[in-house]
Amino acid sequence: MSQPFTQSPFTQRHIGTDADAQSHMLATLGYDSVEHLVSAALPASIHADLFRQDAGSALPPAATENEAVAELRALAGRNTVKRSMIGLGYYDTFTPAVIKRNVFENPSWYTAYTPYQPEISQGRLEALINFQTMIADLTGLTTANASMLDESTAVVEGMLLALRASKSGSRRFIVDTDAFPQTHALLTNRAAALGIELAQVDLNEQTTAEDLGDYFGVFVQYPSGSGRIWNPTNVIDLAHEQKALAVVAADLLALTLLKSPGDLGADVAVGTSQRFGVPMGFGGPHAGYMAVRKGLERQLPGRLVGVSVDAAGHPAYRLALQVREQHIRRDKATSNICTAQVLLAVMAGMYAVYHGPQGLTVIATRVHERAGALAAALRAIDVDVTNDTFFDTIRVSVPNAAEVVEKAAASGYNLHQVDANTVSVSVDETTTLADLSYIVGAFGGRDAFGHVDFDAVQHGLPADLGRESAFLTHPVFNTHRSETSMMRYLKRLADYDYALDRGMIPLGSCTMKLNAASEMEAVSWPEFAGIHPFAPTADVEGYLHLVRQLETWLSDVTGYDSVSLQPNAGSQGELAGLLAIRGYHQSNGQADRTVCLIPSSAHGTNAASAALAGMRVVVVACDELGNVDLTDLHAKITEHAENLAALMITYPSTHGVYEHEVATICAAVHTAGGQVYVDGANLNALLGFARYGDFGGDVSHLNLHKTFCIPHGGGGPGVGPVAAKAHLAPFLPGHPLAQSDEHYLLGAAGTTATVVHAGGPVSAAPYGSPSILPISWAYVRMMGIDGLKQATGAAVLAANYVAKRLEDSYPLLYSGDNGLVAHECILDLRPLTAATGVTVDDVAKRLVDYGFHSPTMSFPVAGTLMVEPTESEDLGEIDRFIDAMIAIKAEADAVAAGRWPADDNPLHNAPHTAQSVIEGEWEHPYDRATAVYPLASLVRGKYWPPVRRIDNAYGDRNLVCACPPPEAFE
Amino acid sequence: MTDTSKLQQSTLKYTPEHEWVLVDGSIATVGITAYAAGKLGDVVFVELPGVGSTVASGTVVGEIESTKSVGELFAPVNGTVTATNGQVVESPELVNSDPFGEGWLIKVEFETLPDLLSFAEYSALIGE
Repeated sequence: MSQPFTQSPFTQRHIGTDADAQSHMLATLGYDSVEHLVSAALPASIHADLFRQDAGSALPPAATENEAVAELRALAGRNTVKRSMIGLGYYDTFTPAVIKRNVFENPSWYTAYTPYQPEISQGRLEALINFQTMIADLTGLTTANASMLDESTAVVEGMLLALRASKSGSRRFIVDTDAFPQTHALLTNRAAALGIELAQVDLNEQTTAEDLGDYFGVFVQYPSGSGRIWNPTNVIDLAHEQKALAVVAADLLALTLLKSPGDLGADVAVGTSQRFGVPMGFGGPHAGYMAVRKGLERQLPGRLVGVSVDAAGHPAYRLALQVREQHIRRDKATSNICTAQVLLAVMAGMYAVYHGPQGLTVIATRVHERAGALAAALRAIDVDVTNDTFFDTIRVSVPNAAEVVEKAAASGYNLHQVDANTVSVSVDETTTLADLSYIVGAFGGRDAFGHVDFDAVQHGLPADLGRESAFLTHPVFNTHRSETSMMRYLKRLADYDYALDRGMIPLGSCTMKLNAASEMEAVSWPEFAGIHPFAPTADVEGYLHLVRQLETWLSDVTGYDSVSLQPNAGSQGELAGLLAIRGYHQSNGQADRTVCLIPSSAHGTNAASAALAGMRVVVVACDELGNVDLTDLHAKITEHAENLAALMITYPSTHGVYEHEVATICAAVHTAGGQVYVDGANLNALLGFARYGDFGGDVSHLNLHKTFCIPHGGGGPGVGPVAAKAHLAPFLPGHPLAQSDEHYLLGAAGTTATVVHAGGPVSAAPYGSPSILPISWAYVRMMGIDGLKQATGAAVLAANYVAKRLEDSYPLLYSGDNGLVAHECILDLRPLTAATGVTVDDVAKRLVDYGFHSPTMSFPVAGTLMVEPTESEDLGEIDRFIDAMIAIKAEADAVAAGRWPADDNPLHNAPHTAQSVIEGEWEHPYDRATAVYPLASLVRGKYWPPVRRIDNAYGDRNLVCACPPPEAFE
Repeated sequence: MTDTSKLQQSTLKYTPEHEWVLVDGSIATVGITAYAAGKLGDVVFVELPGVGSTVASGTVVGEIESTKSVGELFAPVNGTVTATNGQVVESPELVNSDPFGEGWLIKVEFETLPDLLSFAEYSALIGE
């Protein structure tokens, strides 16, 4: 009998090094197996075998790629895609196919990293500055950032911005009652942790100062949550009299027809760009936005792209004002959020590039007219439409709302039932008159022949709020009308950038592993992409099953009992975890436990998140080996014993080392009544070998966009689930509009027990960004527990191999047991800089000439490079990188030896553009080939950076965050 | 403000927070040292307290931001701010190009001068 035909196991596609390569690498290190290597690096006290002798993993055996995709098909089949007219900030939209194919499904865009190396990121930086220009234009404000996680989070960030910037001295924030319910819920949750008093007020044109009292900021939704449009000028003026700031959440499509928030006097505008061509995806991911008036730029949270100049004086883009961010300012940062929603912001910006101002206005006008036609048709049959003003949403008063909603659902339409007697209907760019006829039918207005008369159109925009200022006047929004032109623009920008489709991105702490094509398959299926986050439970059975399965698997591999997939980024997972700890202490009558211990080596986000959870950060010192200083830890625990809330510890550490004493550290915190937060940023170095829950963790966040293969998207989306032990599970984030807040509780009883996550929400949607969860689901499904363990082993092997082969050129800064590192290694360049003057920047930029993306620069230690090869790179690529690093060391030595002057050598002048070696006389002491072809292998496959080294200081001193005029590039 | 640019560094007082202090009667002129400016890197933004505001010795009264980090400006004395350097707010690079001169930050009127470091003590502190 012949062998059955089978696919290669997915592990062999995911892991770059095969058995032969691994043998070679192990021999270099002096070990005979990967298992032995990891055992030598990982402290025996935390090994999973100690804790898990009897019960095995709950993960199913690995599926092949075809099997996994087939299972996802089956899950997709259990979702029902109805036409959504629910609204509440989420609207159906046509994703232009040219954007879907060339951006959303294109690895050149989705596998890129955050543009920290601007010289090799000009494409997505230009795309982001398009997005910023679009937001600034539509909102009528000066400066927009490069996106926020979602609308409700952006509102919270707007509130926090107002608190920082207001000189009122108040801690009271006024919220218009008529705002989206999820936004109310987020504000309530986040304000409570910070001692901000929220006041809900029915704001309107007649509101007086006496109605408002004292406050530092006011929030208005425009058009309002119910769909009506009112003029907030008076409320904004009152706020300014109080030295308070006005935060306005505005619908971008409506703003093409309505007076902009800036023209109304708002200080801050926030919202979402979802309806600009990004599928609803059951809640995300989408790009939220924030824009501010002049003078508030430095208060902006999140990423901000600005224009600067390169070494040749040409305009070039890079991230601006980075010191606002948490990796520098820690607990004093403007926000804890690191991740943006770059891929989705790029899509939304390109939607505007493709449609242009006229096209967007046409779409908005049609949406408004359809809503007006619906209002008129309903009124014609004496149905009570309660809002006279509207853009796309009308509210209808009926005797029995449930009956209407049910009738519409039977025809394939989801409406929003506000209460027993109120139904809300939102129209979007996909809505047809045929759709409207079914809606009218649900209200009893369709005759036996299915006919509805739509001759009348009611106008819903107030006369005093018509759009006055021009928008999207820059040529980029007025050029690419043909698909040919659009396709080539997208290709040109993609070609500027270095993503995983070009080569290795060895960024330490970032985990740039494979994002397999089969993992991406399901993301754009309509059954996953076309669903509203507040769709009825019956419509999302497949989604809920997928969510529950993934929660269970993540619990299983981390040793926790329950998981929430709601947080949209690692930072939000941290916040959710710390809020759970806060809730737990409060429920035990220990509300004064507010001190959070954080080692000095921790990522700055830890401190920023703790501050936002209302905790006080106390820093614990590290010893000379980079580990937590146990003496200082015990001293700090003793000093704060009464008030100790938690310790946040990253494992393996941010130094890429398995700290030997982690179990002891966790025990000491528990003894003092504190909780242990294990930051799961580096979980990819532990999977299959050890579990946080086993060795002392009470709660962790995981980064699905690192460990579990969701692509980085050029700087987002991210998913940062929070996983917790049973005692913290009731405090994990719930959501007022969740289909169900009941989640699995793993444990001795298996998966049968459940727990209600009853904490406040941290994301606008109940399950965060569900449309990208199939990626991580597929990864786990195709790897199985054995595959995940093999991946960990291969990653640890690759990092140690790099460290070993480079040890003569660049000393390794930190190592753990037996001189080994975990999944990444820190190369100390400070001796090289001292001896030769060659800096970390020089080496990073010279790597571009060699065809590589730099490792992480100066994090977590200034003057170093942190290398993380991941398990997905093969030996050929790893060796190519090592050879480049050794060659660069030789170049630095030549500088030290005086062969090249310190201020004119291939390192100092890197990266070299084509123009820089072709134009004019060549006057450098090295030849052109050395500049751009330092290795012969580069001749045929050269990546050419579009700009030379960028001057960061110039851009921050001369802040410009919108598209420069085309003449600037001449 | 050209008078301070001609000063000899050896006649200035210093703080452990890498600030220099020029004492002239009851007025202390304050800036950050060349060592601190070098450590910060390219300064891109300077935030100073308002003229007339009261400052307490050892507290943070301003910020000096570079492309890669943030330095805090501490008040070296108790007193009242009598002047701030508007030129350095407009052109923060002055902190790098002329930290002891054009890059001065604030002037504070004080009653009593606390113990400050001498040039020799400060030089020893930074290992020079």
